[in-house]
Amino acid sequence: MNASVNALLVVVLLLNLFLLGTSRIRALIQGAALQGILLGCMPLLLHQHLSPFPFVIAAATMILKGSIVPQMLFKALRDAQIKREVEPLIGLIPTMLLGALGTAISIAFASQLALVPEHSQTLVVPASFATVLTGFLLLTTRIKAITQVIGYLILENGIYIFGMLLLEAMPFLVELGILLDLFVGIFVVSIIIHHINREFASLDTRRLASLKE
Amino acid sequence: MIAHAFNTLIHLVLLITMPPMLLGVINKTKAWFGGRVGPPVLQLYYDLIRLVQKGMVISTTTTWIFQAGPIITLGAVLLAALLIPFGRFDAPIHFGGDLILFAYLFALGRFFTTAAALDTGSPFEGMGAAREVTFACLSEPALFLAFLVLVKLSGTYSLTPMLHSPMAHTFVTLPVASLLLIGAGLFIIVLAENCRIPVDDPNTHLELTMIHEVMVLDHSGPLLGFILYGASIKLFVLCALLLNVIAPFQSRFAMIDWPMFIVEMLAISVVIGVVESVMARLQMRHVPTLLVSASLLCGFGFLLMLR
Repeated sequence: MNASVNALLVVVLLLNLFLLGTSRIRALIQGAALQGILLGCMPLLLHQHLSPFPFVIAAATMILKGSIVPQMLFKALRDAQIKREVEPLIGLIPTMLLGALGTAISIAFASQLALVPEHSQTLVVPASFATVLTGFLLLTTRIKAITQVIGYLILENGIYIFGMLLLEAMPFLVELGILLDLFVGIFVVSIIIHHINREFASLDTRRLASLKE
Repeated sequence: MIAHAFNTLIHLVLLITMPPMLLGVINKTKAWFGGRVGPPVLQLYYDLIRLVQKGMVISTTTTWIFQAGPIITLGAVLLAALLIPFGRFDAPIHFGGDLILFAYLFALGRFFTTAAALDTGSPFEGMGAAREVTFACLSEPALFLAFLVLVKLSGTYSLTPMLHSPMAHTFVTLPVASLLLIGAGLFIIVLAENCRIPVDDPNTHLELTMIHEVMVLDHSGPLLGFILYGASIKLFVLCALLLNVIAPFQSRFAMIDWPMFIVEMLAISVVIGVVESVMARLQMRHVPTLLVSASLLCGFGFLLMLR
């Protein structure tokens, strides 16, 4: 079980680096969707005994993060008709290296924590820290509003991985509530992107600071 | 003892005869994807025979470096090939620390190829040499990080036990994640070092975008033959290195393992052919990103070994 979870998390970590290194928004959305689908598989692998809840959570996560959210982002991308290139504040290679450094630090940090033995053997904790850091990097170093949404998505993925540790204890409703919040959040943002674009013809978030009535 | 001599003999025979075939298989795969018949699988052999029989045109502005370049490169690559074990069989030469020799024999070959290119004084060749060296700087750390993983796994600094160590483990004790990561990293190195498609297009004839092909524009006849042959051996050696990482299988019978090695090598060439058919060449400015990500993949593999 641990081996399969670790293999999955290694792919998630590699996707993090891919997201930091890619220069196309479409690839960014597709990478985030793939990560969502992979994370959807995690409850099935981690859960000890068979019950319907992990299946429901897995199905909800996969459908939402793997299909609905990417569709909304693609639609926002089409409607806004912006250039399909990511615009980073610092270059792609430096962000990738920062992401790799963050992952290394996460692994080192997680090995210092006093975790229960079954958690310290898997990559769950370091992968969660690394994914949260990736989300932060995407949020802070990308200019366009749509890439920042993807940053939030990755950040949430990191928190979701951490939540996997508490799968046995976390109530089912909380899990679904988080997914619903995420859905509403992305929904609202994609509408906002559309409106900003219609009013101001630019999605550069640096200019959002100077918006006035 | 006899078995060892026999295996060394097969190693040498395969090393001398098989490399051009890999390129033939790659080209055949690409042709199949494009719906063409394509050149025969043995085309490079015919080319080599034809080139060796030709005369040479040597520019009067060049010095002995220009002629020595291809010969020294071929020698260095052949020597490096003797350090790599093919499949589960030992390499003819192995000693502690030969991984450094292996990496820098390639570097020596590259130095003389680029020196010969610069010797012609052609601006295009100088540009190709600059690119070759720049990208080599980025792929070398990836190679050494991949070696570090194998050193950690085997506890030795010699290529033969290092590359055999994945076979010695059972599937449960094998660090699959690390090996997959360095496998992916090494695959990128294979493509980059041999100037295959995401990095360089071997078929292009526009000097502005070429790397390896532009450095050998002025070579002709037997010298060009040496270059083509050396390049195919380099591909063969790096594929053999990759094979031990991604496919650590063995059956204990030499009669099965040798044919299996050959089939696996041909399978890798088909995979390279498929990659070349479905991908476009990267823009020159995006190549460093690919090579840095190869280093990161191998670095990750090492990090996972350490925990």
